Amino acid sequence: MTIPFYVAPEQLVRDKAEFARKGIARGRSILALEYADGVVLIAENPSSALHKISEVYDRIAFAGVGKYNEFETLRKAGIRQADLMGYLYSRDDVTAMSLATQFAQTMGVIFTRDPKPFEVELLLAEISSDGAEHRLFRVTYDGTLFEERNFVAIGGKSEQLEEALEDLWSADMDLDSALEAGKQAFQQAEGRDSEGWEIAVLDSTNGRRAFRRISTETSPAAGKEPAQPESESPE
Amino acid sequence: MIPANGPLPLDAPSPGSSFTDLLDSMGALPRWNIPPGENAPSAPEGTTVLALRYQGGVVMAGDRRATEGHLVAHRRIRKVFPADRYSAVAIAGTAGLAIDMVRLFQVELEHYEKIEGVRLSLEGKASFLARLVRNQLPMAIQGLVVVPMFAGYSEADQTGRLFSFDVVGGRYEEIDFGSTGSGSRLAKSYLRTVYRDDLSADEAADLAVRALVSASQEDTATGGPDLRRGIYPNVLRIDEDGLVELPDDVVGPLAEGAVETIR
Repeated sequence: MTIPFYVAPEQLVRDKAEFARKGIARGRSILALEYADGVVLIAENPSSALHKISEVYDRIAFAGVGKYNEFETLRKAGIRQADLMGYLYSRDDVTAMSLATQFAQTMGVIFTRDPKPFEVELLLAEISSDGAEHRLFRVTYDGTLFEERNFVAIGGKSEQLEEALEDLWSADMDLDSALEAGKQAFQQAEGRDSEGWEIAVLDSTNGRRAFRRISTETSPAAGKEPAQPESESPE
Repeated sequence: MIPANGPLPLDAPSPGSSFTDLLDSMGALPRWNIPPGENAPSAPEGTTVLALRYQGGVVMAGDRRATEGHLVAHRRIRKVFPADRYSAVAIAGTAGLAIDMVRLFQVELEHYEKIEGVRLSLEGKASFLARLVRNQLPMAIQGLVVVPMFAGYSEADQTGRLFSFDVVGGRYEEIDFGSTGSGSRLAKSYLRTVYRDDLSADEAADLAVRALVSASQEDTATGGPDLRRGIYPNVLRIDEDGLVELPDDVVGPLAEGAVETIR
């Protein structure tokens, strides 16, 4: 029988954190910024099939950087949780705040318990029904939860992106200028042209399901899905 | 079984994209266990709903009455619901069970769409609804019957399609029109004489309302338009642009026209 070497907890946590940070730094970044009608999420993503941004609930969007299988697992768990809460109680009882704490708890447990931490960073965006109030949350690999204002970036270049946005972002931008600001921030942070965009919005003018993907080849208005019918609920 | 405020469970029941299976794995779906021979309680029943195809889409409509025995239980109940952006579901039978089934069906479709990133095909949605009906079979044997109809625009075929069901979950595609509920025979008899293959959307909505008015003349469980209270049938139209519910100021005149001309 072998006796495992003793490793000091400080050492263990430091090693895991360094491992996770390295993994995350390899991936491309994502940012979310507020604009007049909601929140726009922009990811650099050469693939048009593998999404990094997705809808979680009526007014909540999710984005993840790092290992695809890991944030995909978290994304699906989040959707299951949101749909369960909304079905068992009411659609109004599903909030980004509650989901964000649950993502944080999940990642915190995995970070301390599992030999290999998740190499992912998550972003949750939520708009209120009138679009006037937005919430942006960031969850890091060790389960730390941050609430951000106006804009937030995750991934390897997140600090550079947020620095660039300090100058580029302003309140009450329309969608086109918000998109322009976001793309320019990427340009400044990466110092090169994008290899492809994945863009989605939470738009309060979109009906019950505020999430909408924006086709990058055409104008923002193109490819618009029909709005979800209002009289959705049988009640 | 109700989600607690802890770490999220990362494993899903297979195949992983069904909300109903998720509920089932948690024991949150009703499990019927009624001893044989027990009499089911009496509960409000929804009556006549119908759907018909037109050029490029499908119209679905339902009257607003629910009955309990010989009594009117509700005057303005809704029996036709959007299922998602391109489909609708209508219900007849025990209203309480049927409305709950619709709610589960709506969440199921949206859940699948979010998890998989694509919508189910129209046929896939119909198959799933058939499964929900079949799950109710023990209740149906007790007399609490739910029979839905399903209609939608098929993005793959670029046409409107509609499905009727029976009480054991049998699924039947209709090529022109269909109806279920107490007044369905009367409604179908009316539609049989006036239906054409080249109907426009407006004509289809008009025929749908007329068929309901026609059924209400002989079937007491079917509510005719209540012009004094302003209660009109629910009419949904689905085509390539998605689903729209016709507002009362469109359905109102159709209903008044139908009431005026009926013999």
